[in-house]
Amino acid sequence: MWRAFATILARDLRLAMRQRGELAQPLVFFAAVATLFPLALGPERELLQRIAPGIAWVAALLAVLLPMERIFRPDFDDGTLEQMLLSPHPAELLALAKVIAHWLVTCVPVIVLAPLIALVLQLPVAALPTLLASLALGTPVLALVGAIGVALTVGLRSGGPLLALLLLPLYIPVLIFAAGAVDRAAADMTAAGPLYVLAAMLVLALTLAPPAIAASLRISLS
Amino acid sequence: MAFVWFHKLGSPRHFYALSRRLTPWLGAITAVLLLGGLYWGLVVAPPDYQQGESYRIIFVHVPSAWMSMFTWMFMAVSGLMVLVWRMKVAASLMRAAAPLGASVTFLALVTGSLWGKPMWGTFWVWDARLTSELVLLFLYLGFIALQSAIEERDAAGRAGAVLALVGVVNIPIIHYSVEWWNTLHQGPTVTKFDAPSISLDMLLPLLVMAVGFMTWFATAVLKRARCDILEAESSSHWVRELATPGKR
Repeated sequence: MWRAFATILARDLRLAMRQRGELAQPLVFFAAVATLFPLALGPERELLQRIAPGIAWVAALLAVLLPMERIFRPDFDDGTLEQMLLSPHPAELLALAKVIAHWLVTCVPVIVLAPLIALVLQLPVAALPTLLASLALGTPVLALVGAIGVALTVGLRSGGPLLALLLLPLYIPVLIFAAGAVDRAAADMTAAGPLYVLAAMLVLALTLAPPAIAASLRISLS
Repeated sequence: MAFVWFHKLGSPRHFYALSRRLTPWLGAITAVLLLGGLYWGLVVAPPDYQQGESYRIIFVHVPSAWMSMFTWMFMAVSGLMVLVWRMKVAASLMRAAAPLGASVTFLALVTGSLWGKPMWGTFWVWDARLTSELVLLFLYLGFIALQSAIEERDAAGRAGAVLALVGVVNIPIIHYSVEWWNTLHQGPTVTKFDAPSISLDMLLPLLVMAVGFMTWFATAVLKRARCDILEAESSSHWVRELATPGKR
């Protein structure tokens, strides 16, 4: 059972490594979105400092949302997904493997780039560890919840805008607590509370999302 | 034995007949309750000592806000029935409820902001309850969009059921996170109107309106589900018989 898990994980990572051009897209998007805010709001240091936690997180959230569809779409298109569901291994576990692979490939680069973006946005250096922690806890939740939405819409033609419409309301709690944590850290307050809440959300998502993803995949492929 | 009525309810044909018998009565009760409640609330009930006459919007606002949450619960319970028992009728009820939920949520938002203008001096305040109601509206719109995007009826029903259940887990989280966010960012600047003990003169018409909204929902959802069932079963024998003039 765990061998199937490891096989899918390794396969997805290998596939992603062979299409490196695609990996860079969310990163460029992340940087571009973050650039829009100073251009729209003005480059004053104080203003940017105050809104940097929010901007960094909104940009990261959009950068995570953008490639979300690729979590199941290519496998759906070539029929691999159907074979996976037909295999004797539990679909929940295989779905979890795919989500983890997707997170490693699309979210970890965003987390790595985030400090740079945050510094450009004048976020205090002292808040960087909290930003990294909030991203490390928050982006897996985004990926897990996002996978439910993708699983529901993967068979549809009008996937993209519909997916965003379904997912953005569900992403609001993560955004609130993550941006809140960074906000507190930037104001020299302790950010432990919201980070704990994010951790709780991650545990909840890890438990409840895989069955929901598996059920949605079965519906989409039936 | 005891579940015979349940199985009967699960059959589209029986449900159709039952709904057809119930809706006129429910509709009549709704009309009486809503008209009576509105008259009671808008004319008879005393004005508030703090807010004067403008508080009267709660007679529409509060029931619609209650209904906005109740409707999602209704959809989630129907969704569970769809997933567990593959009940077609439950799928029709769930589909029928979504636009109703969206419209009461919209109504709650509009009446809330109309009330906000004289009370807060602005149409929109990022108040916790208003904001989570707005998010709820997005969830309803997402559900409706998903339903219209999936062409195959059975798959649409089950996908909607999953989404309704995901929403049920998320709505409390969204609600509390928005509340937390609100206290963090805004502080107590918003004069929240807390009325722990509402006067009986105001509570009774409010309850009448709330029950009226419930019966309205029951009437509308039964009628809408009936249309959905007719569409779903359009090739079945009893629907053809129904559509043939002169017979029945």
